[in-house]
Amino acid sequence: MNRHLIAAADLSRDDALLILDTAEELARMSDRPIKKLPTLRGRTVVNLFFEDSTRTRISFEAAAKRLSADVINFSAKGSSVAKGESLKDTALTLEAMGADAVVIRHDASGAPHRLAGWIRGHVINAGDGMHEHPTQALLDAFTIRRRLGGGRSGAGGLDGVRVTIVGDVLHSRVARSNIALLNILGAGVTLVAPPTLLPIAVDGWSCEVSYDLDAVLPKSDVIMMLRVQRERMTAAYFPSVREYSRRYGLDAGRMAMLPEHAIVMHPGPMNRGVEIAAEVADSPRSTIVEQVANGVSVRMAVLYLLLGGAELTGEPR
Amino acid sequence: MHARTDDGNTGDGNTGAGQDGESPGSCKRVLEPAEVRRVLTRIAHEILERTHGADDILLLGIPTRGVPLAQRLAGRAAEFEGRPVPWGSLDVTMYRDDLRLRPARALGRTELPVDGIDGKTIVIVDDVLYSGRTVRAALDALTDLGRPRSVQLAVLVDRGHRELPIRADYVGKNLPTSQRETVRVHLAETDGEDAVLLGEWKGALA
Repeated sequence: MNRHLIAAADLSRDDALLILDTAEELARMSDRPIKKLPTLRGRTVVNLFFEDSTRTRISFEAAAKRLSADVINFSAKGSSVAKGESLKDTALTLEAMGADAVVIRHDASGAPHRLAGWIRGHVINAGDGMHEHPTQALLDAFTIRRRLGGGRSGAGGLDGVRVTIVGDVLHSRVARSNIALLNILGAGVTLVAPPTLLPIAVDGWSCEVSYDLDAVLPKSDVIMMLRVQRERMTAAYFPSVREYSRRYGLDAGRMAMLPEHAIVMHPGPMNRGVEIAAEVADSPRSTIVEQVANGVSVRMAVLYLLLGGAELTGEPR
Repeated sequence: MHARTDDGNTGDGNTGAGQDGESPGSCKRVLEPAEVRRVLTRIAHEILERTHGADDILLLGIPTRGVPLAQRLAGRAAEFEGRPVPWGSLDVTMYRDDLRLRPARALGRTELPVDGIDGKTIVIVDDVLYSGRTVRAALDALTDLGRPRSVQLAVLVDRGHRELPIRADYVGKNLPTSQRETVRVHLAETDGEDAVLLGEWKGALA
C-alpha cells in the first residue's frame, strides 16, 4: 500500500484486492452487538471538507469511530477558510494538532496531492474536483463483487464483468475512479453519455464509448447511473432535462432490457425522475442502500490498512 | 516480507506460501505426523474429561493454524461422544498490541455459530503458545462478542517465554526453547503435512 490514497489509478491489483478482502471481513462484523474495534485507539482522523457532502463525511466518520479513532470534523463553511485562509495554512494547523490522517474533499482537482506534500499524516482523497473519488470506486467494486458472487468467500477480482457507466462522465470523479479501478480488477467498462458530457480525451481511456443506451443494456452485468451535476455545469450540455431523461435515464422499461442477474447502482445523491426513475431506484436490483452500508466497511478497511500498522519509515521493502 | 509474530509463527493469513524456502538446513523435526495425530487425540479426550462430556462447549481456532486444529479437535471429540461438537474461528488481528510494529496485515476470518458465545465454555485453540499476547488479544476479542461462561486454552506446542500471566489448559507438547529459536507448526490443511519444526529461522527479522 502507498502511504496515501489519492487516486484509484495508483492502486495495484494486489492493493485493491487487499482492501476489498479486508472490507469483507470488516463487513461481517457490522452485525455484531458491539461494532467497535480498538484498533485505532489514540489516532486522530480529521475530516477536512471544502465541499458539501453528507454521506461521504458521515461514512468516513462512522468508519473511523468504529475503529476507535478520534474524529475531528472541519468544514470550510464558518471556519477560518471562510476568512481567507489558504489550504496550506489550514493543513499546517491540522498538522500542529497532531492529525494522523486527513480525509479531504476539495473542489479543486489535485488538492489532496498538494496536501500530501505538506503534512506528515496520511491523506485520503474523499473527492477532488473532477479528478478522483477512490473510496467510492472501492465501495462500488466491493458491492459488485458481493452481488455478482465473484468473491462469495471474499476473494478474486472482477474479471470479465461488464460494467456500463451512464451519464455525466465529464464532471464525474466517481466515473474516473471507477474506470481506473474496474480496469485494474479486470472488468470491462462501457461509457454511455451525450457527446457533450464526455471528456475530449475519452479515446485514450481504456473503455468503450456508446451514445445508445438501449443497445448496451442487454450486454451489461452492472449499470451505474451518474448524477447530473447541475452545480458543475457552466454551459448548456443538453437541450432539456426531459430530453436527457428520455435518452439516458433508466426507467422500468429499460431495466427490463437488462440481463436477469444485472444490478443497478448509483453513487448518490439521486435525482429521481432525471437519471433514474423512482421505481428503478426502489427495485430489488438496485444496490443504492447497500452501497452506503458497504461504504463504511470499505472506508474502515482503508483507514485500517493506512493507519493500523507501522509507519513505513527506513528502508523500502 | 516475512516477519515473525509473537508465536514465532507466521500468523498472517496470507503468508502461507514460501515459508519453507527461508529455513534451509538447521531445522529439527520435533513432532512427526503420527505424533501430532496422537497428541490431538489426547487433547480431545482431555477436553471431554474436563468439561464433563463437552456440554455447551465451543472450540475457537485462531487463524491461521489454530482453525484447522480446532476443526480436528471438534471432529475427534464428536467421534468419541457420538454427537457434533461446534467449532469456529476467532480472528484477533484488530486486537493485537503489536500492530504498530509492522505494516498493517490482512485480516483473518471470525466465524461463530448463529447462537453466539453467551453462556458457553469456550476453548481457544492455537498452534504455538509463546509470549501469551495473542491469547490476551483473543480474550479481548471474546469480550466484544459476548459473555462466555468460561474460557480455556488449548495449544499444540507451549514453547515458554511468557510475557503475560497466561497458561494453557491443554498442551500438546511442552517444548523448552531459547528465544533465538523458532517453532514452526506445519499442518496438512495449510502446509501439506503435519509436523512441528524447531530451528534457527534465517528469514526472521526479529
